[in-house]
Amino acid sequence: MPTVSPLEMDDVPMGQLPPHIQLQRTRVFCASDAPTQTENIQYSGAYASMGVDNSFRLDDFVKNFRVEVVRLDEDDIEFDMIGIDAALANAFRRILIAEVPTMAIEKVLFANNTSVIPDEVLAHRLGLIPIKADPRLFEYMSENDTPNEKNTIVFKLHVQCKRGDPRITVKSDQLEWLPNGSEFQLVTDNSTSNSNSNSKPKTYTSFSRSQTSLPEFSEDSIALKHNDITIAKLGPGQEIELEAHAVKGVGKTHAKWSPVATAWYRMLPEVVLLENVEDEKAEELVKKCPVNVFDIEDVGEGKRRATVARPRACTLCRECIRGDDWENRVALRRVKNHFIFTIESSGALPPEVLFTEAVKVLESKCEQVISDLS
Amino acid sequence: MVIMKAMGIESDQEVVQMIGRDPRYGALLLPSIQECVEENVYTQQQALEYLETKVKRFSFSYGSVEKEGRALSIIRDVFLANVLVHDLHFRPKCIYVAVILRRMMEAVLNKDAIDDKDYVGNKRLELSGQMISLLFEDLFKTMNSEVKKSTDNLLEKSSRSSKLDISQHLARDIITHGLERAISTGNWDVKRFKMHRKGMTQVVLRLSFIATVGHMTRILPQFEKSRKVSGPRALQPSQWGMLCPCDTPEGEACGLVKNLSLMTHVTTDDEEGPLISLCHSLGVEDLELLSGEELHAPNSFLVMFNGLILGKHRKPQHFATALRKLRRAGIIGEFVSVFVNEKQKCIYIASDGGRVCRPLVIADKGISRVKEHHMKELKVGIRTFNDFLRDGLIEYLDVNEQNNALIALYEGEAVPETTHIEIEPFTILGVCAGLIPFPHHNQSPRNTYQCAMGKQAMGNIAYNQLCRMDSLLYLLVYPQRPLLTTRTIELVGYDKLGAGQNATVAVMSYSGYDIEDAIVMNKSSLDRGFGRCIVTKKLTAINQKYANNTMDRIIRPQRVGRDAERMQILDDDGLAAPGEIIRPYDIYINKQSPINKEISVHSPAGLPDSAYKSAIQTYKGPRGETAVVDRVALTSDKDNNLCIKFLIRHTRRPELGDKFSSRHGQKGVCGTIIQQEDFPFSERGICPDLIMNPHGFPSRMTIGKMIELLGGKAGVSCGRFHYGSAFGEPSGHADRVEVISETLVKHGFSYSGKDFIYSGITGSPLQAYIFMGPIYYQKLKHMVLDKMHARASGPRVMLTRQPTEGRSRDGGLRLGEMERDCLIAYGASMLIYERLMVSSDPFEVQVCRACGLLGYYNYKLKAGICSTCKNGDNISTMKLPYACKLLFQELQSMNIVPRLKLAEA
Repeated sequence: MPTVSPLEMDDVPMGQLPPHIQLQRTRVFCASDAPTQTENIQYSGAYASMGVDNSFRLDDFVKNFRVEVVRLDEDDIEFDMIGIDAALANAFRRILIAEVPTMAIEKVLFANNTSVIPDEVLAHRLGLIPIKADPRLFEYMSENDTPNEKNTIVFKLHVQCKRGDPRITVKSDQLEWLPNGSEFQLVTDNSTSNSNSNSKPKTYTSFSRSQTSLPEFSEDSIALKHNDITIAKLGPGQEIELEAHAVKGVGKTHAKWSPVATAWYRMLPEVVLLENVEDEKAEELVKKCPVNVFDIEDVGEGKRRATVARPRACTLCRECIRGDDWENRVALRRVKNHFIFTIESSGALPPEVLFTEAVKVLESKCEQVISDLS
Repeated sequence: MVIMKAMGIESDQEVVQMIGRDPRYGALLLPSIQECVEENVYTQQQALEYLETKVKRFSFSYGSVEKEGRALSIIRDVFLANVLVHDLHFRPKCIYVAVILRRMMEAVLNKDAIDDKDYVGNKRLELSGQMISLLFEDLFKTMNSEVKKSTDNLLEKSSRSSKLDISQHLARDIITHGLERAISTGNWDVKRFKMHRKGMTQVVLRLSFIATVGHMTRILPQFEKSRKVSGPRALQPSQWGMLCPCDTPEGEACGLVKNLSLMTHVTTDDEEGPLISLCHSLGVEDLELLSGEELHAPNSFLVMFNGLILGKHRKPQHFATALRKLRRAGIIGEFVSVFVNEKQKCIYIASDGGRVCRPLVIADKGISRVKEHHMKELKVGIRTFNDFLRDGLIEYLDVNEQNNALIALYEGEAVPETTHIEIEPFTILGVCAGLIPFPHHNQSPRNTYQCAMGKQAMGNIAYNQLCRMDSLLYLLVYPQRPLLTTRTIELVGYDKLGAGQNATVAVMSYSGYDIEDAIVMNKSSLDRGFGRCIVTKKLTAINQKYANNTMDRIIRPQRVGRDAERMQILDDDGLAAPGEIIRPYDIYINKQSPINKEISVHSPAGLPDSAYKSAIQTYKGPRGETAVVDRVALTSDKDNNLCIKFLIRHTRRPELGDKFSSRHGQKGVCGTIIQQEDFPFSERGICPDLIMNPHGFPSRMTIGKMIELLGGKAGVSCGRFHYGSAFGEPSGHADRVEVISETLVKHGFSYSGKDFIYSGITGSPLQAYIFMGPIYYQKLKHMVLDKMHARASGPRVMLTRQPTEGRSRDGGLRLGEMERDCLIAYGASMLIYERLMVSSDPFEVQVCRACGLLGYYNYKLKAGICSTCKNGDNISTMKLPYACKLLFQELQSMNIVPRLKLAEA
């Protein structure tokens, strides 16, 4: 960073920050020993002495904020969020991990389990299986609620390894969705069962109608995301018969409800060559970087110069500023208001929808704050 | 000198010749010779008579001893009992004594010649076979004498009706019972050999796989543990490669309890006869043929065989090489050792049991006998270790013989004088220390701590762990194989029966709940199964049979009524059903036992229900724990009673205060559990499983842990398990840090292993690069759930009426004498009063002011009465601790009268 001597500065630098302070405001400096200037300057009057207003302006934000999708496939999305504060970007990340709801198996009813894997562990494994069901179509089930078609998805698993057969692996595709709710009958006293013998026998759920008959669930809307997750292994003669009830929840309670494998961002890397790096030095620099950030270009007269070709690829291994005086030639920086956001969906919702859901959650939180304050 | 004379060497000259003619020896011997003259001892007879006066007389006497004198019998049978004496032929014993004397005087003159008693070569390990054979010998002889006694009794009888059948008199089961008793109690009481040893047997530890293996390599000392000596506890240079330098407990047994190294072999007894004759045919001159003078002739070496003097040999090196060649050819046992001691001019041949030895590659003039093609054959599987041994490529050397060898650490370091090459340097460590990656980069006590801690780690016990009925079993739900392995791990099988998980660790400070080695854990990791464990406990119920042919019975549970709720988990057979959740106070066996257990009943099966009383057993577990009946086993115990065992399983996720440790002796408790979104994350979205405070490093100096982190990180990114065997860098059994770092750089990580991290709370980058990567973490068996304890008011001891002690009895927390002293010093008298009396055992007593003794309260008269004065005139009511009242009464029962003198307070 070129430091400007105070003597050379303008007398009254009105309306504009000196370049080095502007750099400090907008960049994280990744030196070889430690990163500096990592914090955002929040205080509105931080640069008041220089006549610069540092307050947050909504119209500025609206004008400058940009989202550019870099990559989008079934489960992953990578997009750039430009012109936003770290606190807000982080809020989205946190909400994605912990507060966007999904459906996950919460209750497992065992009818039989003679496998080597204990009930609790099996239940835990089942809980972590991602379910492809739109959580927006379901309601939360509170403690006093009875499980019904609006808050519960029921799966059945009944596998048996016959005696004499080789060992089998139970995969998640053997979990079968029961749109009509639980098939296990509730043990009731004889007196009550006699009185309404004609009506449907009581089960562990009270579905008023089949979930397939509801308009929002089309034929294939509820399924498991992956069909090849190993649930258990069965030896000859072993059997598992169970029913799994999935309910709506958030990742804060248990990681199984987290809709993302992970969601994170990184700040846009900026690699700056502080001086011309030429010839052998240039080649050395190109060779140093494991992710090929640098390229060599001909500047004529047989001279070759290193250029920064792909700064985005930088993983901050700091190889290029290691040793000798390389730190004087190359500067690694991060742009503070440019976030490369990645969401890896676990399958309940497509990643782009997850983000909008996260925004909605944040919105409702803000509304909550406003309504609480007023 | 007198003893020499008593053994028949009457000439002083011969004695001196036998010992050696060095004038210095003569000078040392002079006082003894002088004493002989003063005491008038010249002949064997005189010597024996002189000794006879020194022998302690017993009041009773044996016939044979009387005849020849006790002194002679002691000299013959007790003195140097290992040298056999045939027909009072004492010469071998004399030579032995002479050699002993020579050594003694050598030691007096020259301090260097003193033998080191801690030298491993001078030690023998006692094996189970030897112990059992001693016990068996004793029992067999006892049985024989019993048989003899009873047959004698029978034969003495004048009128015998039947023919003598010796098998009738064999007392049954003497040997079986004797062996069983000794093995089950561990008390080895063999009177014949004056042996009284306790704790000879131990129940093998089944806490974890490593605990089991580690336990089986353990060597227990015969020293007293309480003695404060440093010698036997210190690390002996001679235990190199034989005994693990790391694996020893801390505390009183430190350095005394040892563990075998990885390749150590403990010898068993080899037959002596053929070896002795072989020695003679190889040119050992018999002792009998040698005069005293010849014994110590220069250039001739004494040949000692298992502690006996066999003779002497003029070409010691020649003889030793000949024997070694025979051993390599497999003609004599591979564990026979030949050791030429130049200093003592002796050749030691040992074939006895209990020596520790280890295999080494033989080298000829510095060139290894194991060639490339041998190793290829080994890899293909044509050749095994035993083939190497049989072909004379590898041989076992014991500690003594190692002194005759020049052992090169690596093939490349061999010089022409080298005779052997180490197989692998990491084998100097034992099983427990072998699990540590890069132990040679750690401070040595850290490795010792890990050796103790590895045994407490939860994981797999054995392949049959789910079929076992252990009384207490800790299992990890998702055990993993360490990312950073060692060769020992592969050899032992720890990669298949691991006890830990690879956790991504960030070395940074976080939240303040990580001080004093505490670790911060990621809640999402725990949700996903990190550190989850299963604890199973065994409950046993016995369906007892009684002397009057009645027996307990197990009946159908009541489905309605008072106990129905507690009997929910019972099946119709009255036993808890597997898979049921069992809560505290639940009945797990609905058993009844007959009221009448002594008087015989004519129809034991048809007893009425009224003849039984309930003998249900209830589960007493901690509240809030949801335990499950895992399995129910019906067996029979040793008295043929039906024995029902219930295995209660509880799955636990890590909680605050559970103990974890890495493989470098760095233990810590879980300080706090934090949501994943609050956790820091890296540029690649990696979020650590746990955070460790960097203050754990400077004082502990566990560099190995840092290298493990680097190696683990490189391993994950390049997809190859990295190695960290001890001293393995030169031989390629451990990856070098430079190479690891290069791998890291290749995959876009920092050379130093430090990542650019964003705070999960503020969202901005941290102002430091964070050292982050996977480290293998063990969950130790100490868990808060088993230890936490608090009580308000609760049960009291019947005798003193004070609160009970200990967690298992829901006891109170003691305000001890030191705490009391503090309160006294502070002057908090009311607090002392409250703690020591009001909250403990307050008791109201009636004290007679006249006699000072305790009275009683008469409820009819509603007044206190003094039982001594027989009236209630001077009674005062006061409070004192019940324990105090108890003391007064106990004193009174001993005829001591404690009188209370009351004054106005």
